[in-house]
Amino acid sequence: MLVSYKWLQSFVDLGNITPEELAEKITKSGIEVEGIEQKSTTMKNIVVGHVLEKETHPNADKLNKCLVDLGEGEPVQIICGAPNVAAGQKVVVAKPGARLPGNIKIKKSKIRGEESNGMICSLQELGFEGKVVPKDYAEGIYVLPSDAIAGSDALELLNLNDAILELGLTPNRADCMSMYGVAYETAAILGKSVQIPKSNYTSSNEKTSDYISVTVEATADNPLYTAKVIKNVKIGPSPLWLQTRLMNAGIRPHNNVVDITNFILLEYGQPLHAFDYDRFGSKEIVVRRAKVGEKLTTLDDVERELSSDHLVITNGSEPVALAGVMGGANSEVQNDTTTILLESAYFTGAVVRKASKDHGLRSEASSRYEKGIDPKRIHLAAERAAALIAELAGGEVLDGLVEFDQLVTEPISIAIELSKVNQFLGTELSLDDVASILQRLQFPYQLDGEKISVSIPTRRWDLQIAEDMYEEIARIYGYDNLPTTLPKGEQTAGGLTAYQKKRRIVREVLEGAGVNQAITYSLTSKEKVSQFALTKAEPVELAMPMSEEHGVLRLSLIPHLLDAVSYNRARKNENVSLFEIGSVFLSNGAGVLPKESEHLAGALTGLYINHPWQAQKVVVDFYTVKGILEQLFKKLQLDTMIRYEKAEYEGMHPGQTANILLNDQVVGYVGKIHPSVEKQYDVKNVYVFELMLDELLHTNVPPLAYTMIPRFPSMTRDIALIVENGTTAGELEEIIRTAGGKLLKEAKVFDVYEGDKVEAGKKSVAFTLTYFDPSRTLTDEEVGKAHEKILTALKDRARAELRQ
Amino acid sequence: MQDRLNQLQEEALLQIEAASSLKELQDVRVAYLGKKGPITEVLRGMGKLSEEERPLVGALANEVRGKIAERLQEKQVLLEAEAVQKKLAEESIDVTLPGRPVPQGNDHPLTRIVQEIEDLFIGLGYTVEEGPEVETDYYNFEALNLPKDHPARDMQDSFYITEETLMRTQTSPVQARTMEKHKGKGPIKIICPGKVYRRDNDDATHSHQFMQIEGLVVDENIRMSDLKGTLEVFAKKIFGADRKIRLRPSFFPFTEPSVEMDVSCKICGGDGCSVCKGTGWIEILGAGMVHPNVLRMSGFDPEKYSGFAFGMGPERIAMLKYGVDDIRHFYTNDVRFLKQFSPVDSSTEK
Ligand SMILES: [Zn+2]
Repeated sequence: MLVSYKWLQSFVDLGNITPEELAEKITKSGIEVEGIEQKSTTMKNIVVGHVLEKETHPNADKLNKCLVDLGEGEPVQIICGAPNVAAGQKVVVAKPGARLPGNIKIKKSKIRGEESNGMICSLQELGFEGKVVPKDYAEGIYVLPSDAIAGSDALELLNLNDAILELGLTPNRADCMSMYGVAYETAAILGKSVQIPKSNYTSSNEKTSDYISVTVEATADNPLYTAKVIKNVKIGPSPLWLQTRLMNAGIRPHNNVVDITNFILLEYGQPLHAFDYDRFGSKEIVVRRAKVGEKLTTLDDVERELSSDHLVITNGSEPVALAGVMGGANSEVQNDTTTILLESAYFTGAVVRKASKDHGLRSEASSRYEKGIDPKRIHLAAERAAALIAELAGGEVLDGLVEFDQLVTEPISIAIELSKVNQFLGTELSLDDVASILQRLQFPYQLDGEKISVSIPTRRWDLQIAEDMYEEIARIYGYDNLPTTLPKGEQTAGGLTAYQKKRRIVREVLEGAGVNQAITYSLTSKEKVSQFALTKAEPVELAMPMSEEHGVLRLSLIPHLLDAVSYNRARKNENVSLFEIGSVFLSNGAGVLPKESEHLAGALTGLYINHPWQAQKVVVDFYTVKGILEQLFKKLQLDTMIRYEKAEYEGMHPGQTANILLNDQVVGYVGKIHPSVEKQYDVKNVYVFELMLDELLHTNVPPLAYTMIPRFPSMTRDIALIVENGTTAGELEEIIRTAGGKLLKEAKVFDVYEGDKVEAGKKSVAFTLTYFDPSRTLTDEEVGKAHEKILTALKDRARAELRQ
Repeated sequence: MQDRLNQLQEEALLQIEAASSLKELQDVRVAYLGKKGPITEVLRGMGKLSEEERPLVGALANEVRGKIAERLQEKQVLLEAEAVQKKLAEESIDVTLPGRPVPQGNDHPLTRIVQEIEDLFIGLGYTVEEGPEVETDYYNFEALNLPKDHPARDMQDSFYITEETLMRTQTSPVQARTMEKHKGKGPIKIICPGKVYRRDNDDATHSHQFMQIEGLVVDENIRMSDLKGTLEVFAKKIFGADRKIRLRPSFFPFTEPSVEMDVSCKICGGDGCSVCKGTGWIEILGAGMVHPNVLRMSGFDPEKYSGFAFGMGPERIAMLKYGVDDIRHFYTNDVRFLKQFSPVDSSTEK
């Protein structure tokens, strides 16, 4: 809502308060003033000029040479390119030395050899948006009324020195979509009263009811419809004051009658519609739901197909307006219109919202109906409009009105108690304090001891319950004046859950290993969604996605991490280590919430360590990533429950991928991405992992307990085994562990060799075996026995020979 | 003979003096004090001397020996010290060369902000609650006093999956779920961080996915002044103790009264600049007293209980705190961006 300071001043005495001060006060009391614009501050030296003569520029067909009286000294020559400039016009002239919006400075100049002493201005050049400029002047200069005085201040005349406050209205404050509403709000804030202009006109002897009747069929959508008729109207431009009021409020002036309906809409918040009575097509107004397939061409010349969801005004046979949204072209007020049928009605928000949404039409009228109007102003607005039409368009207002009225407005009264007000707000207000706030709001009230019964005026339909009144009291009292306290009740112990704590540890470990946390989008494309999924599932799809890229919910975090790697690579960031913690979404069937499983994934590529001057470079490979994960599992005390197994996944390198098993359940995988995926994402040598984080973190681990520092020495034995190439270290380790018994503390690979020195098709894997008993020093004999057992098992189960 | 001994001593001392290495010194030692050395030789020839002369020469020989040995020892210490010095000099390195890098990653800046806020409220006795990102229409809207035809639903166009399920548009459904779990019994003190989704085209200031963090307190006798006090603690901790706060009335369907909180602009100190659009204030969060309908729907008696709730956007806070100019940076994960957010930030240190 754009609010003119000068207009507001006509309702409320603003005293010496500057627009800026007023804006600050309004903002602090509840309606955010999003901006203040005073166009004249960017302009100077702009006056009314009288065009005395006009002839075509001798050297340019499209330019005009004008002689303009600026009200002082000799008339001056000004070159003007506007096609509509003519002798006799009063125009806006920027004199040499003038400044225009956009910091444009006007100087005396020569245009195509002819002297030009200034510029004749269009409204756009004066800072008006094109969409509010009257159509007649859209392509040229603006022509002022003939009574404008040459040399006078054009900025004042055009109300450009008015300050316009832009109010950002929340949906509950639709009462301020009118100047009256803003006036009441301002008056409450300032503790002033509101002056409302009276409507005065002399009615003709003819009765409105002889001209028109009204029937409402859709009574639920339209509980109140009134119409008046004004005869002998002369359509023409509105007076300048009215045009500038509209333009400053963001509305384009059309003609006097239409402008008056818009003016009243701004003033009262009540949408009005003017039909050309003679073009209306009948003497009856019938309001009903549209028939399926019925058509109406609206004022914007668009033919609209209607449905039974839409409410229409008809002449008994065909629609003439889409109720509350826009009038029809067939009954539009035109220059030759002489009789006006004026509508003022109450349409429900729901029916207007539906039509407005279906037809993509948001008008000043529809937005007010959608958010609600004050039913008390429906008649007042019609009377005031009739009076103005009589005054400004020379009309004759017929006696009375026609109406359908089934609107029931229950008076709303809210009961509050002083002690509850103070308890709720934390204040210590007295009864007088509260009463004085209610007076400022102009809400009638009754006192019964400390009980206050507040009658809510119809203009504040947003107020329904006690809490609404607490807010009114608090905001007029001033939020700045509220005390600051902290909750006093029972003490609670704050903290994180075990899961949340462990999740923080996960981040710490990964970051400590050089991996940066990433956050990517949960919505992905159908093309990417199934790749890398740990659990195969039908993806959850959005009903109406904004794009294919973000149409389904992810099943894996890896695709978007690869996008991030690719994004980095395109920017020459070759060394990238990223991890993400986020949900994947597994469908539980339509209409049911999916299972959300929290996953941890990572993508690493390039150099893990780069230390050039000592020629130390560690390139990320499978074991880098696996090492980081092992570290993670160890920190989470899960290391002894974890096992790796060669695995195949869509999108992964079949020879370099392992399943990660937690107590024999697959909880994730780690590996290198497939070359075809490298191509798809335009990346190289990327290693990824994805884990079901929730499974990991919900796994019970033994409580932390101290293990004694060994007092007895351990014994180590190294063995090098010759095995088939396909035998894995994991298998060998498993055999060693099972056969080693209680004394074997640890088996660690220290060398792997394939090459000339072993038989083809075989390899050597060497282990260090550590034997230990916490209660005593082991003897060679005992260790020898256990060791023999291991060697035999290795030989039996893996055909492993000791390397000589 | 005595002359000979004196001469030997003089020679030996000169050679000790001249020795420039431990090796040379050792040679001198062997040459003069060794079993085949000249002093031993002199002593062997003592038989030729008279009884009177013998003890005198013997004493002198011992004295010469002692003197040489003493000087050898002195020289030894000196040369050893020199050798150490030399070795140390040889071991000298260029201490200005860069060290061996240890890989280190960072929290995502949004995580940092969320954690900072979580920790602050944990200190005030709050717990951290989380909830699903795909929600029912009921928890996302209806339980928050937004019935199906409520005009405010236009304010947050949503990604629906079916008519009854959607990507949550706010973290508030976690509040509704938590209140339900408490079965009408307070106190509740929670903070709810999480991802939310809205139908917005991604640009410098909009993102179809973003973070939110909300707080909720429900108990007997919770006052609006408690909300104001809590927000003041929050603002001073997160934005710095010197910042002022301002509450403005606002509107949210799930709170009544509703407020928006501004903090004074850090850039201009409140005088007005382009960051605060000339107002001197920057909007940080929305809050309010829990609407009685919301309390009632979640099983709390509004006659007995009251509460407050607040919510804010970590992206916005990160953008203001660190001066990030484009919200998309948070989701493209450029490592040059991610690596900037060290866990140390002096802006809120006291
Ligand atoms: Zn500022």
